[in-house]
Amino acid sequence: MDFQLTDDQRALRTGVRELLEGRLSSRASLRDTAGRIDRGLWRELGEAGFFSLALPEDRGGVGLGPPEAVLAFEEAGRVLLPGPAVATFLAAGEVVGAGTGEAVVTAVDGTLVPWLEEADVVQGDVTGAVPLRSVDPLTPLHRVPGAPRPGRGVLLHAAEQLGSAVRTCETAVQYAREREQFGQPIGAFQAVKHLCAQMLVRAEVARAAVYAAAVTGDALEAAGAKLLADDAAVRNARDCLQVHGGMGFTWEADVHLHLKRAWVRARLGQVADEAEEALASAL
Amino acid sequence: MDLTYTEEEEAFRAVLREWLATALLKLPDRPSPHDWPGRRAYDTAWQRTLYDAGYGHVHWDASPTQRLIFLEETEKAGAPYVGANFVGLLHAGPTIASEGTPEQRARWLPPVLRGEEVWCQGFSEPDAGSDLASLRTRAWRDGDHYVVSGSKIWTSHAEVADWCELLVRTTPVSEAVPKHRGITWLAMPMDAPGITVRPLRTLAGSTEFAEMFLDEVRVPVAHRVGDENDGWRVTMVTLSYERGTAFVGEVVACRRVLGEIAREARRNGRWDDPALRRRLGRLAAEFSALWRLTQWNVSEAQRTGGVPGAGGSVFKLRYSHARQELYDAAAHVLGEDALDLGHEWTLDRLSSLAYTIAAGTSQIQQNIVAERILGLPKGR
Ligand SMILES: Cc1cc2nc3c(=O)[nH]c(=O)nc-3n(C[C@H](O)[C@H](O)[C@H](O)COP(=O)(O)OP(=O)(O)OC[C@H]3O[C@@H](n4cnc5c(N)ncnc54)[C@H](O)[C@@H]3O)c2cc1C
Repeated sequence: MDFQLTDDQRALRTGVRELLEGRLSSRASLRDTAGRIDRGLWRELGEAGFFSLALPEDRGGVGLGPPEAVLAFEEAGRVLLPGPAVATFLAAGEVVGAGTGEAVVTAVDGTLVPWLEEADVVQGDVTGAVPLRSVDPLTPLHRVPGAPRPGRGVLLHAAEQLGSAVRTCETAVQYAREREQFGQPIGAFQAVKHLCAQMLVRAEVARAAVYAAAVTGDALEAAGAKLLADDAAVRNARDCLQVHGGMGFTWEADVHLHLKRAWVRARLGQVADEAEEALASAL
Repeated sequence: MDLTYTEEEEAFRAVLREWLATALLKLPDRPSPHDWPGRRAYDTAWQRTLYDAGYGHVHWDASPTQRLIFLEETEKAGAPYVGANFVGLLHAGPTIASEGTPEQRARWLPPVLRGEEVWCQGFSEPDAGSDLASLRTRAWRDGDHYVVSGSKIWTSHAEVADWCELLVRTTPVSEAVPKHRGITWLAMPMDAPGITVRPLRTLAGSTEFAEMFLDEVRVPVAHRVGDENDGWRVTMVTLSYERGTAFVGEVVACRRVLGEIAREARRNGRWDDPALRRRLGRLAAEFSALWRLTQWNVSEAQRTGGVPGAGGSVFKLRYSHARQELYDAAAHVLGEDALDLGHEWTLDRLSSLAYTIAAGTSQIQQNIVAERILGLPKGR
C-alpha cells in the first residue's frame, strides 16, 4: 500500500494548476465572463487533455484513471472554473467534440441543469425547465420539474468541492498572516488560529475520502466523500469569510464566489440526504 | 495512489489472521474494567503470547504498513488492545529505542516486549498540563543519583506500573534558561522509597489514573535518557509516537460499533426515524474517511522513514470528536438504557469524553496545526 501521490500524479496536478491559474487568476476575468463560457479556454483545456483524461488512448484520450480525474477537478474547484466541466468530461467519447473542448455539454443533475442556454448539447429531459436567478453569479441554473435525477459526477463534484475547501483554507491563512489588528497579525490570535486549523482538518479529511473513493471506485465511498467534501467546501468558505471580516462580505474578495459555488455543487451529483440514507442502509 | 497491499504485506496479514484465530480461543475471561491488577495480568499475558509468536516488537521494528495491518487485524479479530502496556509499547519503548544507550535498550526493552514490565507516563503536574514545559517537579544531583521531589497527576495505571517515564526540572527557570531548556527525561522505578500513589476516580467510575507524590525519590543517573536538560527534545519524540498510530485499532473498533448501533436501532424501532438514519449514515462516511486518512498518514510515514508527522494532530482533532458523536448517537438509540451504567455503550460514552483532553487537548492540537502546519504566528 502506498496511498500517496505518485510522481506522475504530482506532475499532472502541477500542470493543470499552472494552466488554470494562468487563465483564471484574476477576479476581473471571472466577473467579466459571468454567465458566459470562455470558449477559448474551453478549447485550450480540451487540447491539454483535460476533458479526455479518462478516455483510452485509441479513442483520442490520455488513458488515465479516476484518481487523475479527481486531481484535475480538484484544481478546477480551486480556481472556480466556470462552465459544466463535469458533464463535458463525462460526455467525452459519447458526444462529438466534448473530449476536445469543441462542444460544451451539460446535463440534468439532481433537480438542476447548469448552463442550459450556453451549452451545445444537453443530456437528459429538460422539458419545463425554469430559470432560477442563480445565487452563484458564475453559474446560470435552471430547475427541472419532477423527481430528482441523480447525476453521474458525484466524485468529480466532490473533487471540485475539495479544491475549493483547500483554496479557502489557504486564502484565510494568507490573510491571517498579513492583516494586522491590535498591533499584530490576526493569525496570532487563537480564535482565528482555531478557525484555520479546523479548515485544514475538514479539507484533509475530505481529501482522504475523495482520493480513496477514486482509487476504489466504490459508489458508497464516493457518496461519503461527496458528503464530507460538500461540508468542507461550505464550512471552509464561511470560516474564510469570517477571517476576512468586512472584506469577506464584499465582491472584492473571492470568498463569496467559493461559498455560492459550494452551495450549488452541494445540490449536484448527490445531495446530502440521499447520500446519508444510502450509507445508512448499508450499515 | 494505491490502496492495495503488496504480496508481502498480504502474506503477513494472512499468517497473522490464521494465528489469531487459534490464539484467541485460549484467551481467559476479561477482567472487570475496575480491576487494575487483573487488567495488568491479562494485558501482560497477551503481550507474552504475542512475543512468543514473534509479534512482540511489531510496534517498533515492523514497517508502518505492517503495524497498520497488525492493529487492523487484531482489532477485527477482537483481540485485546495494548491496555496496561500502552506507555511501554507505544511511547516509552520507541523513545528508549531511538534515544537510549545500548545498555538502556538492553535493560528496558526486552521486558516490555515479553510483558514482564509495565510503564506509566509521569509528565503532567497539577500546575502543568497543557503547558507541560512549566513543570516544577525538581531533581538535583547527589553523587550518582538524582533526588526527585514534587508531584505528578493523571498518571494512567500508576498503581500497577513498574517504571515511570518521568519529566523533571534539573535547572531552574531563569532569564538565561527558558522553561523548555531545564527538563530531563528519567526512568523511575515505581518501587523506589518516597513514591506515594493516590488513585483518582474518573467520571466513568474507574481508577484509571492517579496522583503521584514524590518525596526525595532517588533515581540513578544511569536512568537518564538523553542528556541532562535535553528532556524536552526527547519528549517531542515521545509525543509524536503517542499521536501517531496509537488510534488505528480504535478506528476499526468504531466502525464495528457503528454497525452494532444500526442493528440495535433496527431491532428497537428507532431506525424508522429518518433523522437518526441520516445521522448514522454521516457517521459511516466519517469513520470511513478517518480510516482512509490513517492509511494516508501511514503511507506518508512509510515514505519519510517511520516517524509520525504533524498529520497525527489533524487526525486526533477529528477522531476525538467523531468518537464522542458515535456514542452520543448510541445513547439516542438506547433511550433510557443510555442512563444505565450496566450498558457497555454507557461506559464507553463516558470514556469517550477523555479523547478531546488526554494526549494534548483539542485546543492545543489546534494551536499545533495552526502554527506548525499552517505557519501562523505564535501567540504570546
Ligand atoms: C484519561 C486521561 C488519561 C491521562 N493520562 C495521562 C498520563 O498517563 N500521563 C500524563 O502525564 N498525563 C496524562 N493525562 C493528562 C493530559 O495530558 C492532560 O489532562 C492534558 O494535557 C490537559 O492538561 P490539564 O488537565 O492540566 O488541563 P489544562 O491545561 O488546565 O487545560 C484546561 C482547559 O484549558 C484549555 N487550555 C489550556 N491552555 C490553553 C491554551 N494555550 N490555549 C487554549 N486553550 C488552552 C485546555 O484546552 C482545556 O480546555 C491524562 C488525561 C486524561 C483525561
